[in-house]
Amino acid sequence: MLTYTIRRLILAIPTLLFISFIIFLIVKLSPSDPTAGLPLTIPPEVREQIRQSLGVNDPILIQYFKWLKLMLWDEPLHLLEGWTGLNVAPDGARIISYQTRSPVMELIMQRMPQTLWVVGTSYIVGILIALPLGIISAYKQYSIFDQVGTFVSMVGFSVPTFFTGVLFIVIFAVNLGWFPSVYNTTHVVTDWPSFVVQVKQIIMPVMVLGLYNASQISRYMRASMLDNLNQDYVRTARAKGLNEKVVVLVHVLRNSMIPVVTVIALNIPAVFGGAIITEQVFKVNGIGQLLIIAIQGGDVPVVQTVSFIFAVLIVLFNLLADVLYGVLDPRIRYD
Amino acid sequence: MTRYSLLLGATALVLAPAAALAERGSSGHLNIIYWQAPSTLNPYLSGGTKEVESASLVLESLARFDDTGTMVPWLAEEIPTVDNGGVSEDLTSITWTIGDGITWSDGSDLTAADFVFTWEYCTHPEGGCAQASYFDGVTSVEAVDDGTVRVTFDAPTPFPYTAFVGSESPVIQAAQFADCLGARAPECTDANFGPIGTGPFVVDEFRPNDVIELSANENFRFPDRPYFATVTFKGGGDATAAARSVCETGEFDYAWNLQIDPTILSGMEAQGNCTVVTAFGTSVERLHMNQTNPDPSMGDMRSTVAGGPHPYLTDPIVGQAMSMAIDRALIVEIGYGAGGQATCNVLPAPEAYASTANDGCLVQDIEGANALLDEAGIVDSDGDGIREYEGTPMRVLFQTSTNAVRQDTQALIKQWWAEIGIDAELRNIDASVFFGGDPASPDTFQKFYADVEMYTNNFAGVDPQAYMANWLCSDIPGPDTQWQGANIQRFCDPAYDELVAEMAATADLEERGRIARLQNDMLVQSYSIIPLVHRGGVSAHASTIEGILMSDWDSELWNIMDWRRAE
Repeated sequence: MLTYTIRRLILAIPTLLFISFIIFLIVKLSPSDPTAGLPLTIPPEVREQIRQSLGVNDPILIQYFKWLKLMLWDEPLHLLEGWTGLNVAPDGARIISYQTRSPVMELIMQRMPQTLWVVGTSYIVGILIALPLGIISAYKQYSIFDQVGTFVSMVGFSVPTFFTGVLFIVIFAVNLGWFPSVYNTTHVVTDWPSFVVQVKQIIMPVMVLGLYNASQISRYMRASMLDNLNQDYVRTARAKGLNEKVVVLVHVLRNSMIPVVTVIALNIPAVFGGAIITEQVFKVNGIGQLLIIAIQGGDVPVVQTVSFIFAVLIVLFNLLADVLYGVLDPRIRYD
Repeated sequence: MTRYSLLLGATALVLAPAAALAERGSSGHLNIIYWQAPSTLNPYLSGGTKEVESASLVLESLARFDDTGTMVPWLAEEIPTVDNGGVSEDLTSITWTIGDGITWSDGSDLTAADFVFTWEYCTHPEGGCAQASYFDGVTSVEAVDDGTVRVTFDAPTPFPYTAFVGSESPVIQAAQFADCLGARAPECTDANFGPIGTGPFVVDEFRPNDVIELSANENFRFPDRPYFATVTFKGGGDATAAARSVCETGEFDYAWNLQIDPTILSGMEAQGNCTVVTAFGTSVERLHMNQTNPDPSMGDMRSTVAGGPHPYLTDPIVGQAMSMAIDRALIVEIGYGAGGQATCNVLPAPEAYASTANDGCLVQDIEGANALLDEAGIVDSDGDGIREYEGTPMRVLFQTSTNAVRQDTQALIKQWWAEIGIDAELRNIDASVFFGGDPASPDTFQKFYADVEMYTNNFAGVDPQAYMANWLCSDIPGPDTQWQGANIQRFCDPAYDELVAEMAATADLEERGRIARLQNDMLVQSYSIIPLVHRGGVSAHASTIEGILMSDWDSELWNIMDWRRAE
């Protein structure tokens, strides 16, 4: 298992380098201009000077290697310095956003908390709804509960978040006035009342995303449970006189979790990636919003860095899912 | 017009109803939402409106423009003129006197050295300063003494109120930015995100593209202002959501740039929680009629002067008919609401520069347009419903940027043109490409690989001299200039060039007005440009906020120190 993990990690390096180069080319070769969003009153000579000062006009390969060096060496050292306080970070250039002219990593660190709060909570909420829903739906297949559950998850899966989000705002913020429609990223939880405020502002985006996640995962859970419920070992367990609770929750559930855990692990990088649409609708201004305005503003360094971090997370969590698979199912051996 | 009289005037105007409550911070907290969030608070590093306006709460300039476009002294004692000796007789220098006792928010004095530094900062060749055009023609900025700044120009400059005037060229503190010159500008993140200013508010926290927290400046020169103690300046979402948060949920007090469906906005306003305010500057949505030939078969010569004139759009009769066919009032009603007025001028304001010679276009006249074309012998000779101009069927490619209002307008115009026998093929291009100016892209508005294109342009400040010089023959974009140049429709008339030169040599304001009107009429009557809508800024504020005088000539938050909450 260990050799396998190490081999996979080593293999990941050329994969990631290749991904980073492809991302770079896609972003760079698509028509975008960091000065496009400026008012037309700013004359072309000035625009050209701005582009010059941003280094947009350098040869493409030089831009790539500059970025790669900063990404792989300088930025991790800055991160280390930030965490440990050791004075290890090199002086000089960092990856600078075109729009804000500040280090991209700081933007990402600044946005991580609200993204993890909102998207992370919604993922947990989604799982907490999905597992019981999937188990009961499978155990009582074609019952009223199953039919309703199937209907709700189909609706949750097919209705886009930009619709449910705005619908929630109109109902709960405009008409009922229960929750705020604008997320306050500067709010700090220090005591009970401020925690209540946080819950109030987080509940709508969390539920919008949570319903979406729940519908997806509950379908996997249900399908996997159904596969196992008809297996011979279940009949054996029942024949041995085990009660239904033990049969379903110990024998069947444990085996059914294998593919579900994989799905859950593979979706975790998306939590860090934020939710572009939901973040916009509720003004959460996390990683998703950072990425989308960087794309709109032609802010290449931000798009590139954020996409690369996603790529790293996806590769890592793929590996993690594979390893978990082996842990959950002793029949699987990688050596 | 001194600072003292301005203060008196402003006090009389704004505070009369509640003079008793005049005290700093007495109105509590103000929530502002800009649905496009500011990326930095240094307006010299980003020319975007959102950055300039958010920074205007902190950074100030010598003079600002009020809601009528009149210049008011701000950090300066008074507006220098030739009469009061502030502007030299030969119009090559202007001397500003800084008001007494003005300090930075850290308590240090504002001196002439700060202005000299600001000029050095923005004109540094490696800095990529977004507002460099404010210092065009400035050869030096010197500190005559601590309280006096002299700006010298390389040529007589009849309108010298460019550098340090308006929200786009404020003064920054020399002490704070000393190590941030040129290529080092981006390294000064703390300074760029939290500039020390002379304005009514100081930055407590800045989160790029997200939110700014500000509080009242303890060292502000007016002891009773600003009336708000703290401000949250939130960004993100979209225009409709911003309007909703002011007019429906009441979470915010002021929302900016609400270019949304006019019926939705007026429906929200009707609920009574908010007031929609507009301000008109110089923005005009217009059609440019390509005067050169954009035919794809021309290859590299497409849309260039060398490629020859357009087969029919150079004939003013054609342009006139196309203009007469358009119902501008309907376009305003459908797409712009309170934020637009039908116009026939490319230079609609300020008042002194606005021509009235072309107002006939305000009424749609399809019959007249048809008659005009028939008389000129431009008729449909092959019976396909499309007129031919000397054998060329009049099919135009009509492009603009992707935007719901623009696509509605395109569809309307296509229909009207069809009624006069001109076929339009519609095309829309993503705004970041269309306005992107990438010389390699065939889809930029400068390349103009189409017959007609539509967008909005305007100029900053109140003086149209530089703007009207856009239409010089020498300013036509082409491959030799990497497609840079502001004369987008490729209009060229030596008589117009003469007017531009005359304008540059005239100081008298009335005379300048006459020349500007002549220039406007010459452009509009060539029908190489068809003005459609005079566009204004649309914002909304909570009904409880008083003192807002929205200006499109400056930051719309220019007088935020006078804003207050009604009892």
